[in-house]
Amino acid sequence: MNTWIAIGATVVGCYAVKLIGLLVPAGALEKPLVRRLAALLPVALLAALTAQQTFGDGQALVLDARAAGVAAAAVALVLRAPFLLVVGAAVVVTAGVRALGG
Amino acid sequence: MQEQNALTDLHVGREKPDAAVVRDALGVGVAVGLSGFAFGVTSAGSGLTLLQTCVLSLLVFTGASQFALVGAIAAGGSPFTAAAGAFFLGVRNAFYGLRLSEVLRLTRAVRPFAAQWVIDETTVVALAQPTRRSARIGFMVTGLSLYVLWNLTTLLGALGAEAIGDTAAWGLDAAGPAVFLALLAPMLKTGTERAVAGLAVVLGLGLLPVLPAGVPVLVAALAAPVVLWAQGRRLGGEAR
Repeated sequence: MNTWIAIGATVVGCYAVKLIGLLVPAGALEKPLVRRLAALLPVALLAALTAQQTFGDGQALVLDARAAGVAAAAVALVLRAPFLLVVGAAVVVTAGVRALGG
Repeated sequence: MQEQNALTDLHVGREKPDAAVVRDALGVGVAVGLSGFAFGVTSAGSGLTLLQTCVLSLLVFTGASQFALVGAIAAGGSPFTAAAGAFFLGVRNAFYGLRLSEVLRLTRAVRPFAAQWVIDETTVVALAQPTRRSARIGFMVTGLSLYVLWNLTTLLGALGAEAIGDTAAWGLDAAGPAVFLALLAPMLKTGTERAVAGLAVVLGLGLLPVLPAGVPVLVAALAAPVVLWAQGRRLGGEAR
């Protein structure tokens, strides 16, 4: 039930922000500070989420095979690999390290 | 500088064949659409049912928010904290919509339907086009191909995850953070973005053990206004 509440709220919220952008008159949200903030918000959220899902285990911080996998993804990104290859590298390396007992 | 202006002018004036626009749009739509597979697997691995996973791709249809939501649900936070993180990630789409409505000039009746396709990829393709006609084609083709494939691969990924059982043994729990990193990397253009990312990592990890699940991410979002504020102070009079 809780999951459906979260899904419902996300569906409504995410659709609303998409629609608002198309409906409000141009210039309404064009203040430089608002634009800067909107561009930086995903940077903060994605960075925090990347770190938490790499090192978080419930409420504990751990160093396990995922760190090796995400490091491999970072290398793939530096080498300008396509999106699917980046994700693939993370999955394969994580599975490999785990299989070796990491 | 001058050379750059000349290039921009050339770019704006040039007509682009419809077939070339369709090809570009399909390239993006297919490549990103296939990554719905990673979402399907991650979502199923996070404990969501097949129906819940597919509803997310059908009705939310903005990748980062979907990954964030299933991650937060897996971590066991309150449903509203989980939804808030996903919502804040989706706020950027409002700003894409502002840009797109200037470029596409959609009629009022079409906007509620077009809205669902206002995401990173359709915006990038549409804004890269030289004329309104090709921007509209680019938006439509990218939106349609991505929507169809994203939902199809979500279904396959979720079914696949159910079939293989323990997704962690296959390293699939690393797909989520890798997706976030891949979305984040191109955003880290200047020192400001890197400072925001660094502070957000410190807040996100530092607060993880002490705050309820899902809340640390929301606090980490404050890195954006904090860095902007600090920068404004440092630049001081220059900004005003």
